[in-house]
Amino acid sequence: MVTPSIDLPNGLLMTRLKLPPWLVLLLPAILILMAVVLIPLLLSLYSSFTSYRLTRPDSITNWIGTFNYEKAAKDENFWAAFGRTVLFLTIALNLEMLFGLGLALMVSKVTKGQRLLRTVMMFPMMFSPILVGFQFKFIFNDNVGLVNNALQSLGLSSTAIPWLVDGKLALFSIAFAEIWMSTSVFGILILAGLYAIPQDPLEAAKVDGCTSWQSFRFVTLPFLMPFIYIAMAIRSLDVARAYDMVQIMTNGGPARRTELLWTLIGRTGYVDAKMGYANAMGYISIFLAIFFTVYFFKKLTSARAELGMGG
Amino acid sequence: MTTDRTHRNRKRALRIAHFIGLFIAMSIICIPGLWIVLNSFRPTVEIMAKPPVWIPNELNLDHYRAMFGGNGQGGVPVLTYFRNSMVISVTSTIIALLVGMGGGYAFARYRFKGKAALFVGLMATRAVPGVALSLPLFILFARIGIIDTHFGMILAYVAMNVPFTVWLIDGFFRQVPRELAEAAEIDGCTRWQAFWRVEFPVARAGIASAGIFAFLTSWNEYALASQLTRSVYSKTMPVGLLDFTSEFTLNWGGMCALAVLMIIPALILTFLVQKHLIAGLTFGGVKG
Repeated sequence: MVTPSIDLPNGLLMTRLKLPPWLVLLLPAILILMAVVLIPLLLSLYSSFTSYRLTRPDSITNWIGTFNYEKAAKDENFWAAFGRTVLFLTIALNLEMLFGLGLALMVSKVTKGQRLLRTVMMFPMMFSPILVGFQFKFIFNDNVGLVNNALQSLGLSSTAIPWLVDGKLALFSIAFAEIWMSTSVFGILILAGLYAIPQDPLEAAKVDGCTSWQSFRFVTLPFLMPFIYIAMAIRSLDVARAYDMVQIMTNGGPARRTELLWTLIGRTGYVDAKMGYANAMGYISIFLAIFFTVYFFKKLTSARAELGMGG
Repeated sequence: MTTDRTHRNRKRALRIAHFIGLFIAMSIICIPGLWIVLNSFRPTVEIMAKPPVWIPNELNLDHYRAMFGGNGQGGVPVLTYFRNSMVISVTSTIIALLVGMGGGYAFARYRFKGKAALFVGLMATRAVPGVALSLPLFILFARIGIIDTHFGMILAYVAMNVPFTVWLIDGFFRQVPRELAEAAEIDGCTRWQAFWRVEFPVARAGIASAGIFAFLTSWNEYALASQLTRSVYSKTMPVGLLDFTSEFTLNWGGMCALAVLMIIPALILTFLVQKHLIAGLTFGGVKG
């Protein structure tokens, strides 16, 4: 490859420092991410070893070692929130994938008005998570909400069901909102996969006498896997979007029954002003998120290689 | 004959099941949003009515009038929030696009050591949960004195959007055949000219959709904005939504009206970009 030396706007800098062009091009991205993500994260790593409180700024120099992490490890509320977050994500992501697959299959079979359906399908994607939270807080409201109104008008329930007040029902309502918000990410990407599927193997399977289930299971599904992993990778990039929604709908309540890691961190940091402790818990949630992301990107690469699409 | 008939019956049953399934799915997708829109036009008395009023007796623009009316009786400075949201989202989108074009081009066209690791590293920064990032950013911004400013929010949103724009734009540049730019260079263009005259126009639609995606992310973001903005100087609309809640009451109608105002731009932009967005995400991912 010919290295351009004088034509790029950064030509001067490059000839002096001899930076390779790819680095010059990537430098703004790297710098800004260092300034806004990496350095703050280092600061929060440091402060997680101190007893830093927002109300007493000088406490940031008060080094207390791994005390915050030990405290987190012994904190029942923390582990309950941690377990609930992992469980919530596992259930939500799997259901979103299944519903997304079902939705995509149904839409792909439609002959007329498919464009319109595709647009409607993307509808929830453009809602702000906070809007979704508020919308379902309204819909599940026990007094004026749509769900209770409908159930009572139809005579299916004589009393107001406390959707967001009862612990188990609240968790269900939150999961419903989360699935409503994010199923379309899977649906849209799986639909794109269905459009790209080659017809030959499907016809061959038919000739060989496969049932429609068999040809779906052994031809369509393996082909769709990379698309499912893309959707998983995209979703794992912002699983924490659920924070906005949960904060509005229940704010972790009632009595911490819907507390997820993120609401716990937010409350500890800003309401209780225990920044050091919140940062320690924040770090654990960051590792959880990065683990998910790297895992799905790895899966994506191997799924691609299997189909011979890697490069 | 009988097998033929059962076959046909089964086919018809399948078609009906397909129709019903699709109808239910689409209803679940549409009804929550439509309900919000409907309630933004209904007087509060009707929203709170017990037993519920199913067929609206009266639709009016009271909530919208109250919202734009300024600070009278619980009015929220919606126009200021709208302007803040616009300024912050548009500026951060433009910067994120420029930075993302550089990065995406580098990933699509150059081979270098540690490329895969750097790519995953960039993506991992996007995975940091907003609320976890907001703690140190809050401390840092407060120290530098850029809390509650447009500048601070723009900076945060550029960083949030860059990994994603890099990923999308990388995918779009990959779709542009390398030979195209090489041919232009042989014809006497410099690398820089070849980029602007040949590669950029081909990938332009894709880049535009990356921009819309970045815009929507900033437009809808809450976790960072709720901590880094304090007053009307920089509060964005998602944060402003909370102004309609007080300790014991919620102004449902007013909230619905603001929600509609938030959705309209997002709706238009998503509609414009849907085709390219799907192509960008899948090609960026599959052919990567």
